[in-house]
Amino acid sequence: MSNAATLDHPDTSRPNTRTTDPAVLVLEDGRRFVGRAYGSRGRTLGEIVFATGMTGYQETLTDPSYAGQIVLMTAPHIGNTGANDEDMESRRIWVSGFVVREPARIASNFRSTRPLDDDLQDGGVVGISGIDTRAITRHIRSAGAMRSGIFSGDAFGLSDGEQLELVRSGQAMRGRNLSDEVSTVEPFSVPAKGERIGSVAVLDLGVKTSTLNHLAERGFEVLVLPQSVTAEHVLSLDPSAVFFSNGPGDPAASDAHVTLLQEVLRAGVPYFGICFGNQLLGRALGFRTYKLPFGHRGINQPVLDKTTGRVEITSQNHGFAVDMPIEGISDSRTGFGRVEVSHYSLNDQVVEGIRCLDIPAFSVQYHPESAAGPHDAEYLFDRFRDVVVAHIAAAGAGDAK
Amino acid sequence: MPKRDDINSVLVIGSGPIVIGQACEFDYSGTQACRVLRAEGVRVILVNSNPATIMTDPDFADATYIEPITPEILETIIAKERPDAILPTLGGQTALNAAIQLHERGILEKYEVELIGASFDAIQKGEDRQIFKQLVQDLGGGVARSHIAHTVDEAVAFAEDLGYPLVVRPSFTMGGLGSGFAYTEEELRRIVGDGLHHSPTTEVLLEESILGWKEYELEMMRDTADNTVVVCSIENVDPVGVHTGDSITVAPALTLTDREYQKLRDLSIDIIRAVGVDTGGCNIQFAINPADGRIIVIEMNPRVSRSSALASKATGFPIAKIAAKLALGYRLDEIPNDITGVTPASFEPTLDYVVVKVPRFAFEKFPAADPRLTTTMKSVGEAMAIGRNYASALQKALRSLEKRGSSFHWGAETRSLEELLLVAAVPTDGRIVTVQQALRKGATIEQVFESTKIDPWFIDQIVLINEIAAEIAAAERLDTDILRTAKDHGFSDAQIGELRGFGEADVRKVRHILGVRPVFKTVDTCAGEFPALTPYHYSSYDQETEVVPSDRRKVVILGSGPNRIGQGVEFDYSCVHASFALSEAGYETIMINCNPETVSTDYDTSDRLYFEPLTLEDVLEVIHAESQSGELVGVVVQLGGQTALGLAKGLEAAGIPILGTSPAAIDLAEERGLFSGILDQAGLLAPRNGVATDFAGAVVVAEEIGYPVLVRPSYVLGGRGMEIIYDSASLADYFTRMAGQGIIGPSHPLLVDRFLDDAIEIDVDAIFDGTELYIGGVMEHIEEAGIHSGDSSCTLPPVTLGRAEIDRVREATLGIARGIGVRGLLNVQFAIGAGVLYVLEANPRASRTVPFVAKALGITLAKAASLIMVGKTIAELKAEGKLPLIDGSRVPMESPVAVKEAVLPFNRFRTPAGLVVDSVLGPEMRSTGEVMGIDRDFPRAFAKSQLAAYGGIPLSGTVFVSVSDRDKRAIILPMLRMQQLGYEIAATEGTAEVLQRNGIRARIVTKFSEKSGADDVSIVELIRREEVQIVINTPGGRTARADGYEIRAAAVAGDLPLFTTIAELSAAVASIDAIRGGFEVTSLQEYATTRTNAL
Repeated sequence: MSNAATLDHPDTSRPNTRTTDPAVLVLEDGRRFVGRAYGSRGRTLGEIVFATGMTGYQETLTDPSYAGQIVLMTAPHIGNTGANDEDMESRRIWVSGFVVREPARIASNFRSTRPLDDDLQDGGVVGISGIDTRAITRHIRSAGAMRSGIFSGDAFGLSDGEQLELVRSGQAMRGRNLSDEVSTVEPFSVPAKGERIGSVAVLDLGVKTSTLNHLAERGFEVLVLPQSVTAEHVLSLDPSAVFFSNGPGDPAASDAHVTLLQEVLRAGVPYFGICFGNQLLGRALGFRTYKLPFGHRGINQPVLDKTTGRVEITSQNHGFAVDMPIEGISDSRTGFGRVEVSHYSLNDQVVEGIRCLDIPAFSVQYHPESAAGPHDAEYLFDRFRDVVVAHIAAAGAGDAK
Repeated sequence: MPKRDDINSVLVIGSGPIVIGQACEFDYSGTQACRVLRAEGVRVILVNSNPATIMTDPDFADATYIEPITPEILETIIAKERPDAILPTLGGQTALNAAIQLHERGILEKYEVELIGASFDAIQKGEDRQIFKQLVQDLGGGVARSHIAHTVDEAVAFAEDLGYPLVVRPSFTMGGLGSGFAYTEEELRRIVGDGLHHSPTTEVLLEESILGWKEYELEMMRDTADNTVVVCSIENVDPVGVHTGDSITVAPALTLTDREYQKLRDLSIDIIRAVGVDTGGCNIQFAINPADGRIIVIEMNPRVSRSSALASKATGFPIAKIAAKLALGYRLDEIPNDITGVTPASFEPTLDYVVVKVPRFAFEKFPAADPRLTTTMKSVGEAMAIGRNYASALQKALRSLEKRGSSFHWGAETRSLEELLLVAAVPTDGRIVTVQQALRKGATIEQVFESTKIDPWFIDQIVLINEIAAEIAAAERLDTDILRTAKDHGFSDAQIGELRGFGEADVRKVRHILGVRPVFKTVDTCAGEFPALTPYHYSSYDQETEVVPSDRRKVVILGSGPNRIGQGVEFDYSCVHASFALSEAGYETIMINCNPETVSTDYDTSDRLYFEPLTLEDVLEVIHAESQSGELVGVVVQLGGQTALGLAKGLEAAGIPILGTSPAAIDLAEERGLFSGILDQAGLLAPRNGVATDFAGAVVVAEEIGYPVLVRPSYVLGGRGMEIIYDSASLADYFTRMAGQGIIGPSHPLLVDRFLDDAIEIDVDAIFDGTELYIGGVMEHIEEAGIHSGDSSCTLPPVTLGRAEIDRVREATLGIARGIGVRGLLNVQFAIGAGVLYVLEANPRASRTVPFVAKALGITLAKAASLIMVGKTIAELKAEGKLPLIDGSRVPMESPVAVKEAVLPFNRFRTPAGLVVDSVLGPEMRSTGEVMGIDRDFPRAFAKSQLAAYGGIPLSGTVFVSVSDRDKRAIILPMLRMQQLGYEIAATEGTAEVLQRNGIRARIVTKFSEKSGADDVSIVELIRREEVQIVINTPGGRTARADGYEIRAAAVAGDLPLFTTIAELSAAVASIDAIRGGFEVTSLQEYATTRTNAL
């Protein structure tokens, strides 16, 4: 391969167009931001949140945890590298709406197969561009995440009052259970890569492709289950371990999942949870969860691993957190023994990880699978594998006696 | 681990003089480090030879040594101060190299001093290309593929694997001799053939070419607990092949997916860990093949760099400051993020804006130099701009360059599309504008990509800018919508005016009537996630402003913009001092500047920082925003060089109060006729002179006053276009060369002066409060008049002027200060010829020598001047102890002597044929920086200045002399002395004859042009063979010029000390004895104590 040939110009055949038809973002407190329509035309409602990552917009859009949310990107230029199939974190885009300052006019990347616009249009994602995204971010930061709506096309023509009425009629995130919307309907499995060490039952609350890949790469045969499965069913599969994924919604509204998890823990099956799975472990252990004012959504979040004293730069996307003392050892209020906070946020001391000391269970609030984000926390998948391998070995030794 | 308790004193090594590739970014990093260390209770010992820096203010260290950065001097300082540790990672390559030498000579071990910031081992691994390449490969990272060939056929075979074009580098040759790109087998055969011939080991390295690949850089920090963060990603708009320092760069990277970015991040963490940088920062450069994403690691710097300064300003994450804390043992999570106050430094900044950096070049100063940009850095400065999108940041950055033609334009373009694409294919200064013109002419993105390999996304942004320009031009009228669109994409009022066919002021008027004004956003490291405590702002045409109202009395200080030859760190020094002094006096200080390298653009320096272009429009908008609350006392324009001064009239016309000398008074000094009036009134003489606006006029004036004449355009800095002209033919040639640059014309007349041969030139820095004059210093130039003051060496106090002469100079300065109506700083240049005092020029502003005066005599003129501007008197400043009671015209006998020496960049430039550019000094300034030598007498101080500037005069060996006829008399004594000191002397025939007759043995060497055959060894060959150690060559008449050039070029190429004036040579000869005795070192603080005790 000669170098001259490798520098062939990329595809830039798509015409350059700046959309000029208007759109408006309406917040439930009555604030309005008029900009240009982006993506699909129409109207959409959802909780407005901001995400601060400078890379990885495609992963963000396809992360099921964003279901029900209108996502504002603080990075001004979005879409520069287009879209591709590899960077899809699930089968589709989940955000209810998309707010950016500067949508790309052309996509430029060797992996790009289409402009991001195509995916937004195909997914029917109503978006808005050309507004003061920083002003909105600052507003959410002080006023908190809130209901909002984007109106473009015909919906732009609705009166201010009608639009606000629609926004206020939308569902608040607090108390909302969205697991059913994002979860797989049919179970499916991903074969272990390399030597199989066992199986892991994954409760799909909005799981990302990268997470499944990480588990499979660690030698797990991955059994992905719909969120509605029963504990009996899970245990009947005799998994080596159970994993609860990330996902959207208020953990306080997921009693069934909490009960399921408690039964799994009681059965002594090793457990690892991410994000929503961390909140559910917190609840299963008898702790409360609460809504953060504006959440953590970014790929630059510093987390302290209390065991090693080291800092991880993590990928985060959560609006709720577990209420637990970050120092010392607590007792599970539901009879699972001693529990401690293993990781916490260095920005605001929010609980970012829980470890049980008497049962093989742990979880983190952030995203060790990253995508998008830094790979600092991938070791957690190794830790999970080690826990499971040790558990299997111990169980084997027990059987031998 | 918290702070170490075993480090109580640290030696910080600075970066020495400003040179291309190492500028005031190291003043910024060093100043931050000193502040941090002192705040931590550590005794700071600082060494730096550069007096123009802020870090060498005695306030920033406990012991400040303005001394040459050589192992010998460093050892003397270490022996005297006995520091616990040395911090070498904040002073550029200079400090790092010094640290390596200290280690290798066993000095560190001898005095039990530890290197902190980076260990010797880490420095080695990062700096040694072979070791580093191996390390990257061991980590599984990509490096450029290469093979070593010993024959041409072998090379051709390897080329099959590497593909064309490929790079050929002969082994063990100096300065890239014989290396080049081969695009075809034929070229390969030729280049390899030559290369094998040049290589002493008959081998060449063949390396795959990565020309045209995308280039990225990651700024990293790591602590002792192995916590590692990426502070910033930087993407080069110009692809691989152009030095990062010469490239337009953007932060954050804009054309990477998360997967690719995380690959770079993972690799960077592996590298920093393997190299072992564990208490500081580093940067790592990558190339990515745009076609398939293949990643190659180019290099790393295990220290704070120019890019670190840029990244710090771009993100608000102060890399040098954090690096200094890490060096003391802190962990990242133990250090707070200043900007949020509540979150730790162990995070990665995220940006909700785009930062663009553009380089500023000085090719106009070196007309013979090859303007092509290569992997050797040639830019002398840079401007940075922040915008909410790439288009606005780019346009703001381009106008920050303050250079004609640097911004996009939509005027006539005579070149054809094909021509433009061809021109754009070669990277040069201003290529981006060529690209814009090509796109205007209908080039497609593909065509421009083919020509330039600039990423299509960046090209499309220029397409967008052109589209908006078309909309502006076609709009029925300038309404809110079109103005907002234009402004959101960075169009200036001037550009909109150009497109609409009317003036900038009219656009502004319309815009203001329509209420289209910028808001100011904050650089906060976190994209708005947390509240920011630091008012570090940039403009955008968004909705919400973040300027917090204040009820204080405000002073706006205008900085000096990008570094350029003639306007550099010296002006930043003055601006920063004004900020400190006014802040202490209770004012709210507001800094406006666009130079990311500086201390003035550190958010810690002023109460508020606006990172904005220094154009009238941008400055007016900042002032408008700040005028919404509190009381605007006025704007300081006299400290930021010509950049700030040039805005005075416009600001005044807009009703903004100007502090200090009024714009009308500034005109008195600049306008020749008015200034003559002032001189007449004060009974002072100027050389015979006149003004002309065209060639015909200039000839008349020159003939009337008599040749030689000194010509000088008005309203320029650094002697731009200043030359000595000997006859009318040269004058015609001068006008041809200056044509079309907009330097000379009816509104900018050319000043024509009689040139004073053999006069002594004197520079005076003073302040005037309306009644009293206070002299900062009277500086005597070592070279005779005719060499730009910025390029000539000078001494303070003067060493050959009598008290009566100094008194005359003082009186004359007072007369001028009164006549102009100065309030604040004044710089006057005088010449004394045949006992007559002439006034050459007066500038009612800060000069380049203000910091030199401060370091030499302890008189801080910039601080005093800024207080005078807000109403203080000199008497009050003396009473408050802010000025010494006795001014700089009366320096006591026992005071030390300080010598300033200029540092010139000739070795950076080559002609298109690969030869070095000529190095004769003249009235146009070409130096990039300066050093100071200070000691108890002139010879010692001079010797130190030479040591600091270029390594000093060799103490033995052969001196080659070739001087013009007019210098033959003057050469005799110095040569006699050199012979006595044991030097061998070689000379060209004419010079040798004179020397022989005067009893000086001199070997005759053939001139280059007189070379008779292959056996006849010319001087140029002697220099190349390293048989000559010192070169003395003064330029003579027209015929001798070519030979002189050959000699000087060979000397520059061989890095030999080169004397082009007899005055400098004589000073050097007088200093040789001083060097032989070795040097003592004295800190500025010790000098200050002696001074205080003497009073």
